[in-house]
Amino acid sequence: MSEILNFHFQVDGNDFTSAGQASIQIKKILRRLGLDPEIIRRVSIAMYEGEINMVIHAHGGEADVNVYEDHIEIILKDNGPGIKDIEQAMQEGFSTAPDQIRSLGFGAGMGLPNMKRYTDDMKIESEVGVGTTVTMCVNL
Amino acid sequence: MTVYELSQNSQFNVLTMPEPERVINGAYVGDLLSWVMGKAQYDNIWITIMSNINVVAVASLSDVSCVLLAEDVTLDSEVLNTAKEKGINILSTPLAAYEAAITISGMI
Ligand SMILES: Nc1ncnc2c1ncn2[C@@H]1O[C@H](COP(=O)(O)OP(=O)(O)OP(=O)(O)O)[C@@H](O)[C@H]1O
Ligand SMILES: [Mg+2]
Repeated sequence: MSEILNFHFQVDGNDFTSAGQASIQIKKILRRLGLDPEIIRRVSIAMYEGEINMVIHAHGGEADVNVYEDHIEIILKDNGPGIKDIEQAMQEGFSTAPDQIRSLGFGAGMGLPNMKRYTDDMKIESEVGVGTTVTMCVNL
Repeated sequence: MTVYELSQNSQFNVLTMPEPERVINGAYVGDLLSWVMGKAQYDNIWITIMSNINVVAVASLSDVSCVLLAEDVTLDSEVLNTAKEKGINILSTPLAAYEAAITISGMI
């Protein structure tokens, strides 16, 4: 399948208040492309959860969004601490978020489950001490 | 009911209302952001006591029609300006989340 559009973002790990900029940008772009609002909603929420995870848990990273004719691919790559037990991290309610992050409303342990639920395919590759790459796919 | 119509009720105060014609089709109550993103529906009013800047991003990405700050929770001017820019309606009420929800339910 030939790639028709791709977008690249640097996700700043220090600026918590502006976290989510890449996802909000993507939402705007997909709206301009005239995609179905429900698809746009799923893509942008899944991406936001991943983007916030990179900010909270991995000191930032990079986001790539590729729009193909029949699906959208979101790749989130960081050089953070990695995830020791992916199966455990995927469980609803599991979180290692520190208290000051929880006081902002994050840390419910629902981000990864949301990403899985809102996408048609999701893959996590992670190595402790090296980093994490999350690849998600939403069919059009 | 539109957000504008809700704002005409004296128990609901406008903090910013850039999109007054957005429709309210139901409500979601919650303060944990990932729960809101997982459960709130398009055009719901989101009732919360959270008021930090991330609330604006979550409201925008979940396509809720309005954020309602319960218990007279207040908002920084920086958050308010961002909401205005992003087209996010924010109202506040002295009511608790439960009373706010049943009041809105009676108006829809
Ligand atoms: N990019 C990442 N790098 C390292 N650890 C991660 C990363 N993403 C997730 N994790 C780990 O997986 C756990 C679960 O993530 P998840 O997004 O489901 O919940 P959360 O971020 O803790 O809370 P919420 O998303 O509900 O605000 C995190 O607490 C963290 O330990
Ligand atoms: Mg998360």
